[in-house]
Amino acid sequence: MSNSNEERKSCLRGVGVTKVFGSGSKKTVAVDHVDFDFKEGEIVTIVGESGSGKTTLSKMLLGLIAVTEGEVFYQGQPRDIKGARKKKEYWKNIQAIFQDPFASYNMFHKIDDVLLDCLNMRGCKDLPMEQKVQMMTEACSFVNLKFEELTNKYPFELSGGQQQRLMIARIFLLKPKILLADEPTSMIDACSRSTILDMLTKLRDEINMTVIFITHDIGLAYKISDKVYIMEHGKFVESGDAEEVIIHPKADYTKRLISDVPKIYEEWDLSTV
Amino acid sequence: MKNTLRQLMHSSKFVVGAGIFVLILLTMLIYPLINPGNPLEMIGVGTFAKPGTYFSLYDAMDTKTETLKIKDAEENRLTSIVSMEDRVSMVEFMEKIGVDVSGVEMDDVDTILEMWRANFDEKSKPKGITNAKWRNYKTLNNRLSKIGKEERVIYDLDPATNEEHKLKVVGGTDYVNINGVVNTKTLPLGTDNFGRDVLKELVSACGTSILIGLVAGAVATFIGLLFGLLAGYLGGIADDIIMFVTNVFTVIPSFVLLILISYSIGQEQRGATVVAVVIGLTSWTWTARSVRSQVISLRNRDHVNLSKLSGHSLARIILTDILPYIASYVVMAFILQVSSGILSEAQLSLLGLGPKTTTTPTLGLMMNWAMLYAAHTNGYWWAYFPVILTITLISFSLNLMNTGMDQVFNPTLRD
Amino acid sequence: MAKKMLEVRELTTKYITRFHEDVYAVDHVSLSIEEGKSLGIAGESGCGKSTLALSLMGYYFPPLHYTSGDIIIDGTNISGMNPDDVRKNILGTEIAYIPQAAMNALNPTQKIMKFVEDVINAHDPKMPKNDIHDMAYKRFELLGLPKEALEKHAVELSGGMKQRVVIAISTILSPKVLIADEPSSALDVTSQKMVIKMLRDMMESGMIKSMIFITHELPLLYNVTDDIMVMYAGQIVERGTAKEMVFDPIHPYSKGLMGSIIVPEEGTRDKVLTAIPGTPPNLKNPPKGCRFAPRCKYATPTCSAMSIETKEFGEGRNYRCLMSVRKIREVYESEQQ
Repeated sequence: MSNSNEERKSCLRGVGVTKVFGSGSKKTVAVDHVDFDFKEGEIVTIVGESGSGKTTLSKMLLGLIAVTEGEVFYQGQPRDIKGARKKKEYWKNIQAIFQDPFASYNMFHKIDDVLLDCLNMRGCKDLPMEQKVQMMTEACSFVNLKFEELTNKYPFELSGGQQQRLMIARIFLLKPKILLADEPTSMIDACSRSTILDMLTKLRDEINMTVIFITHDIGLAYKISDKVYIMEHGKFVESGDAEEVIIHPKADYTKRLISDVPKIYEEWDLSTV
Repeated sequence: MKNTLRQLMHSSKFVVGAGIFVLILLTMLIYPLINPGNPLEMIGVGTFAKPGTYFSLYDAMDTKTETLKIKDAEENRLTSIVSMEDRVSMVEFMEKIGVDVSGVEMDDVDTILEMWRANFDEKSKPKGITNAKWRNYKTLNNRLSKIGKEERVIYDLDPATNEEHKLKVVGGTDYVNINGVVNTKTLPLGTDNFGRDVLKELVSACGTSILIGLVAGAVATFIGLLFGLLAGYLGGIADDIIMFVTNVFTVIPSFVLLILISYSIGQEQRGATVVAVVIGLTSWTWTARSVRSQVISLRNRDHVNLSKLSGHSLARIILTDILPYIASYVVMAFILQVSSGILSEAQLSLLGLGPKTTTTPTLGLMMNWAMLYAAHTNGYWWAYFPVILTITLISFSLNLMNTGMDQVFNPTLRD
Repeated sequence: MAKKMLEVRELTTKYITRFHEDVYAVDHVSLSIEEGKSLGIAGESGCGKSTLALSLMGYYFPPLHYTSGDIIIDGTNISGMNPDDVRKNILGTEIAYIPQAAMNALNPTQKIMKFVEDVINAHDPKMPKNDIHDMAYKRFELLGLPKEALEKHAVELSGGMKQRVVIAISTILSPKVLIADEPSSALDVTSQKMVIKMLRDMMESGMIKSMIFITHELPLLYNVTDDIMVMYAGQIVERGTAKEMVFDPIHPYSKGLMGSIIVPEEGTRDKVLTAIPGTPPNLKNPPKGCRFAPRCKYATPTCSAMSIETKEFGEGRNYRCLMSVRKIREVYESEQQ
């Protein structure tokens, strides 16, 4: 949460990034010429309500869907992910945690398989098994899980919060440059939420990872991010330092979002609906 | 997997369905061991022998007899010889020649018989009775003449001298033990038009039909699954092309297609396997469609995205991240395809387009034979009804299994 | 003391699973609400709060079964009543229930007015249509809902509007108790605010005489209800006024819940969020003694050994913990330093 990020290098930058679905009369512009610049080691939050295009933007950032128009720069260079091999190379640097932990795992794979797969991806395929187990144990203990208790279990046997933590353990093993977290806490309980947020921050601090956090919860954005981007109908209406944007919002949309969230320290003004 | 099986065992529908099907399969396997031999062997010279146990009359003559005095034997014999129809025609005759028949009870065989004996004269034909009728009355009288005889005699003709030797005297109270008769044959479902044992034929046909269903189901499920997976996962132009082909096949009624293909293959090439493959080739469309829609919804699931991000190949994603999720669905589709394959074969065979075979019967062929030889109009129910019942049972059990599985795998249908 | 609108004594209900196991999701729950008051129920998912909502209606259908206890609405005990009587005489006039996805329950082929007619006719089959229509128009006007909505089909309304319409329709007979189970959780924040405002207006004007509001979002609860009750593993662990519960929780579990509140308000950014380790117990075989003990950092062996009774202190406050209030406050204070 440091403010002295002037010297920080750009990690992911976008110019006029646009996504259009369909054509002709069915054309919908999901993301409309957005510019952004995510710096290394920052926690950036994209805040938007459902239908604002934030998930579409995240899929474009991940390279899961093509960009219709505009250019994405990765570490200052235009991002080139044409072809399976280049995509694979790019995905070593960017990973994701999704909203629904129950849908994020292949229910036929055991937890061991999930973690071993990460090791294989990192090129540790030929390491001896003991070393692999040690790495997996380390990853699990990072997220307060015990590998001995998880081995031979299936992800769906864990609670939602534990599953999301396992996702973070996966990220810990992969150590990507960028982590895209798409509403990782919206489907789990408040108490587990605190743990997840803690771990994401810790991960950022330890490996200087860029975390792109996507949420509809402006309180959450205020709590964890350095920078926020407020998204409405496929466009960024406001962006900047989290404290600045959320405590002193300028755009009407941001003001409305904040006023619509229940407060506990100030009076929640219900007359403005 | 274990849990899924446990849940399936808790579904009464699945258990009943699977139970019936396993019972049918067991019968198919065990019956030929008890009753071996060619199921299409023509054991009867006549057609449509009634169900029952047959024993050789020839051998019965040589079997040791016992004398049993059974109370109703005489009466049973009488009612068996003089049927209700005969009684009516007897009374009719007597009325015609002017005997007073008022007050005669139809149940009272003895009185009718007494009056007949008093009034019927074989030699003088009364007026007003046609020759044909008179001939019938004479036959009837002939038959009635043996009533009351204590015993009947069997003669043997000596071919050299042309003399008759008294061979055996059979009394009304003589009985033979059926176990003592050397040659007996039980035909629980009688014989068909060619004189073949229907039960034996049915068991064999049932096996062939299930095999046809399995092959047809496997072919249809394989093609449907392949097309569905590719169309659903690849999307775009591949989806468009595959869906175009699927739509073309959907629009043409598959049964018409089936008839055309069956016809064009020709009688000679149409073996059971070929028919099964042809059925499979025409019925994959809906499997393809539903697999496709399932895959489309799975394609956007996060675990697939995550698998992509892990750098897995297309084949690996389809095989490990998509296929296991639709496996239960595919199994259900396969079961329905087997059921409809069996029905399709029956329909085709009924039209005479089924497998050409003189070595193995199928359920459809049995129905076809029964229909060609007018079993249904003549009341030979044993030639077609057990076949219909078997087809119904097979498809009922398969559908029941399917419904049971649906309830287990599809939580919205759970009660 | 004001009239008690709803009183629940030792209510226990259970689920019977597909494998014939009993799961007591509501275990000896007692609560009461006075006229004009609202009560919030908070807790993690799976703590039994939604089951409690269903159980309070007195309308049970498998796999949920009534076991024991009383539900008394304005003096009438409805527990053990047969479902048909409950549907005819209780639902709508005595109790109204709004689940999270209520808006999806509207049949898309019928106009909104038809639902109003159905709701009223279920209670009073003889009421003429014109009267029903007048009643609906009047109620919609009072609640600031557009009258045109009554002539529309459900699909023509937005999600937030649908939810408000459903609430207006199900409370048209001015029930004594409204049970709202996460009524705004599926909505965007703006629609959520409108739903909340409408519920508050309805309480103030007496269209509903008391309300139970269930949600896992504590800031929302703080702004909606007078009292808050925290539920854990099928039991009530603490009850108090909203303010007391949010700023001065006693039970360690409530303390943990309240410490995880996130709001976009100045100065909250650097506050440390509390996290409760572990997972809620499986209700098929809940832990003996205090159910929270396995996750509680203050737990002693005694906590798991004996059953914990609810203790009362102050006005209308109670909690379920072995430690005394003074001891707990001391512990919390020393922790802060």
